[in-house]
Amino acid sequence: MAKFEPVLFARIHKPDSASLKSYQADGGYSRLKEFLSMAPADVTNIVKDSGLRGRGGAGFPTGLKWTFLPKDHPGPIYLAINADESEPGTFNNRYLMEKDPHQLIEGIILACHSIRSNKAYLYLRYEYGTSYRVLDAAIRECYAAGILGQNIKGTGFNLDIVLHRGAGAYICGEETGLIESLEGKRAWPRIKPPFPAIEGLFRKPTIVNNVETLCCVTQILYRGIEWFKSIGVPPDPNNPRDPGSYGPKLYCVSGHVTKPCCVELPLGVTARELIEEHAGGVWKGRKAKAVVPGGISMGFLSDKELDTKLDFAGPGKVGCLGLGTAAVVVVDDQTSMVDVLYNCCRFMSHESCGQCTPCREGTAWMTKILERIRTGNSRVEDLDLLLEVAGSMGIIPGTTICGLSDGAAWPVKNAISKFRGEFEDYIRGQRATVTSAQKLMAVH
Amino acid sequence: MPTVTVNGKDVEIGASERLNCIQAAAKVGVEIPAYCWHPALSVVASCRMCLVEVGDRKPDGTVAMQPKLVPGCQTPAKDGTVIISDSQKVKDARKATLEYLLLNHPLDCPTCDQAGECYLQDYSFNYGRGYSRLNEPKNIKPDKTYIGDQITLFTDRCIMCTRCVRFTREVSGSSELQVVSRGSHEEIDIFPGHPVNNPLAGNVVDLCPVGALCSKDFLYQQRVWWLKSTNSVCTGCSTGCSVTVDQNDERVYRLKPRANEKAQGHFMCDAGRFGWKYTHSDQRLSAPEMRTNGQVVSRDWDQIVASARAALRKTAAAGRTKIAAVLSPWMTVEEAWILASFLKSLSPDAVLAMGPVRVEGQDDHFPKDVRGNVVEPVKFTIRAEKCPNRAGVQAVLSHFTKDVMPFEELLRLASTGQFGAVYLAGGDPDGWISELQAEAFSKVETVIVQDFLPSPVLKHATHVLPSGTFVEREGVVVNHKGLAQLIRRSVRGPDGTRPDSRILWELTERTGLVQTDVVRSEIAAQVTALAGLSDPALKADGVLLNAAQPAGAV
Repeated sequence: MAKFEPVLFARIHKPDSASLKSYQADGGYSRLKEFLSMAPADVTNIVKDSGLRGRGGAGFPTGLKWTFLPKDHPGPIYLAINADESEPGTFNNRYLMEKDPHQLIEGIILACHSIRSNKAYLYLRYEYGTSYRVLDAAIRECYAAGILGQNIKGTGFNLDIVLHRGAGAYICGEETGLIESLEGKRAWPRIKPPFPAIEGLFRKPTIVNNVETLCCVTQILYRGIEWFKSIGVPPDPNNPRDPGSYGPKLYCVSGHVTKPCCVELPLGVTARELIEEHAGGVWKGRKAKAVVPGGISMGFLSDKELDTKLDFAGPGKVGCLGLGTAAVVVVDDQTSMVDVLYNCCRFMSHESCGQCTPCREGTAWMTKILERIRTGNSRVEDLDLLLEVAGSMGIIPGTTICGLSDGAAWPVKNAISKFRGEFEDYIRGQRATVTSAQKLMAVH
Repeated sequence: MPTVTVNGKDVEIGASERLNCIQAAAKVGVEIPAYCWHPALSVVASCRMCLVEVGDRKPDGTVAMQPKLVPGCQTPAKDGTVIISDSQKVKDARKATLEYLLLNHPLDCPTCDQAGECYLQDYSFNYGRGYSRLNEPKNIKPDKTYIGDQITLFTDRCIMCTRCVRFTREVSGSSELQVVSRGSHEEIDIFPGHPVNNPLAGNVVDLCPVGALCSKDFLYQQRVWWLKSTNSVCTGCSTGCSVTVDQNDERVYRLKPRANEKAQGHFMCDAGRFGWKYTHSDQRLSAPEMRTNGQVVSRDWDQIVASARAALRKTAAAGRTKIAAVLSPWMTVEEAWILASFLKSLSPDAVLAMGPVRVEGQDDHFPKDVRGNVVEPVKFTIRAEKCPNRAGVQAVLSHFTKDVMPFEELLRLASTGQFGAVYLAGGDPDGWISELQAEAFSKVETVIVQDFLPSPVLKHATHVLPSGTFVEREGVVVNHKGLAQLIRRSVRGPDGTRPDSRILWELTERTGLVQTDVVRSEIAAQVTALAGLSDPALKADGVLLNAAQPAGAV
């Protein structure tokens, strides 16, 4: 197979790649006028036919989402761009925003044209200061060049982009949590239905898309459906509900690897290939013990499952929740899974919004149980309790309002079922990987 | 008619009824436990207690169940909806949710005010597990003893249903309460310096399904299982909120609103909630008096009542317009009827007047925004007319006289010396007559005063008849929109007092014990405007008397 040429990342290594001049020199915005003169429904159809699936985590078909908007809605429709990239280990949006903001802005313009929206809200994670400055400058450049604002490129299409910085909460990455936060409220995810496409931001129809998804929209329109479909994994013929995983994907590899990186590859690359070929292998000559396939809420792959294809369907086949954000975090064989799982649980417990009972209490309880295991005061039965708690937090999606509870339960289920021996040895050996100082910090 | 199936039982719901699964299940007597859902507040579906299995019955009769459990509060019940709330899956989910709720709950039921009427206790008993599997320390959150003049918050008992937060946002509009912090460390709190002191604040205590929000007035006074509840009506204003009066050992401890869509809905104001204190005032008139030239000559009930009756008879015989009565808007319809019909039987020209109707300010509507402007739709109104039964007494008076004489006109006639005997019914705990007005009765030979608190007119009284407050009486009051509701006797008055209806019953020489329903059927038969009083619904949530609303009413 020929070496894959990056598309989304084609420009990021160029000097001054964030400027409008350099983007236009590479052909950016060149066909914007042409696309804006197309009927909005045609743009939607192109995106729909390309098979593009949302890159934010759930993998929902983007074009299909756009068609959920009410037809002939008289009032405003909004696009909210989810740039609250906060899944641990995920940093692909950051590259896109810092290095090639105009690719994103063009995607926003095209998406807004398609959904007939004249206002887009870019919800940016607070911690991304550089992204904020780069995007802010890029948006100003676009207004000055007539690419944003009134009557874009003389096509009669108007669009304003509002750059909004969050205040640092994982839950703001959930689409309705993001909408609540944009409205100035506490980011408590909303009950669905109504879905945002019917009643979203300011109670108006709203589409929420990820940064990478919108960058893909730009590339699909410039390069065509055939190009997009030539990359990735076609649908599984045995599974009629699998729409396939087409297109390039930005994989973020971090953790115990020699060279952590964010690399663009066709969907369907295996975890082993990512680690060995792109991240320089596991560090210090060690072996991988577990790999997070797409952000910690997706669970763990064991060392025997490293040949799992990282497409939208792959991780699910080996008991993970899904591809998630394709943030691959590698855990080496010298690391205790108890500590890894504790770290996951502590994060989820800290970030639970506290609205639904199972998530609010369950995440905290699992953290407390793991704290106890780490201080050497536990019994093997505690593992069954952990599994039961994880089970009642996310027996089936829908136990809570949003997916955080499932995401918090999944690593527990995966870690204990796939590494049960290690947990039992840890407990039986009365080992404690926690120092007295850590113990103090854990309690307070 | 749309049909919903609940645990295999079919139930029909009204075509225009918008019910959720909890309400639909309640129709067949199936309880779906819920904490955060309240019929008068918005749906947040966050407690996850009401998870049920829901499916749809297809036209061909097959049932397609949703694979996941859904919150009953958020799921509308439509034609063909199938609800299963007794499957193992549902039971397991409830058990898990209750275990989560109890993880950080202090389990201090022995010292908790809510114990006995606590949803956490009840649901844990019915649906929970018997023991805790928590081996770790509980989260400890500091109590907030002052979040309002009447309210205290036991933060650690809170289960974060956010009913109180939604109440202050959606009904009172004052938004004092909110959630602070995140995850299992979150708490209900106020903004510093903005306590929950709105006129509806006390409702958050009732809304709290556990013992987190407590009323300072009731705190540690009684165990709730000692209390006996009586359905009654608040007499604080003409809204006429349905309430329950909770008493123990002839002492009232609290008033709680009783849900009644025909009356006020689910809530009541603090003025009414804490406005019963005069019942146990040490100022209460406690013995009947008969006076001659200012000297008490008798304290015997039978003698005094007989004397009052004789005086009225004698005066009526001396001149047809020489007897008069003031019917207070605090009287029940039955009391007004007995008194008015008695005077008219003595003399067809006896003068009947409406007692003073106290009106304070203007009707107070809620919710209000931060600037104090009322936001539509109005969800609660505290009325300016501070008496419970102006409409009912007016309906009785209109039956006997063409024009209802106002109190001021009667005062004028009294000061001319026209009357030989007047019967004055008081009943307003905030006072109903001034020193100056009382002077009008100085020229009247026989002044019979029936009241429970001292007033300036007692100076001129020849007969003082200590009566009862609204918790000591039974009868009908008619609210601002013509809803007749029954107030019921929940406590016995202090020694020496008698309920008004008994005083009047004996004054008018009716035989036997007081039977208000006999009087009611008498009224219903004779007064068309009050014909609805014979409706048995009166004893439940009241009867709307459309014609009882006299023209030009406030």
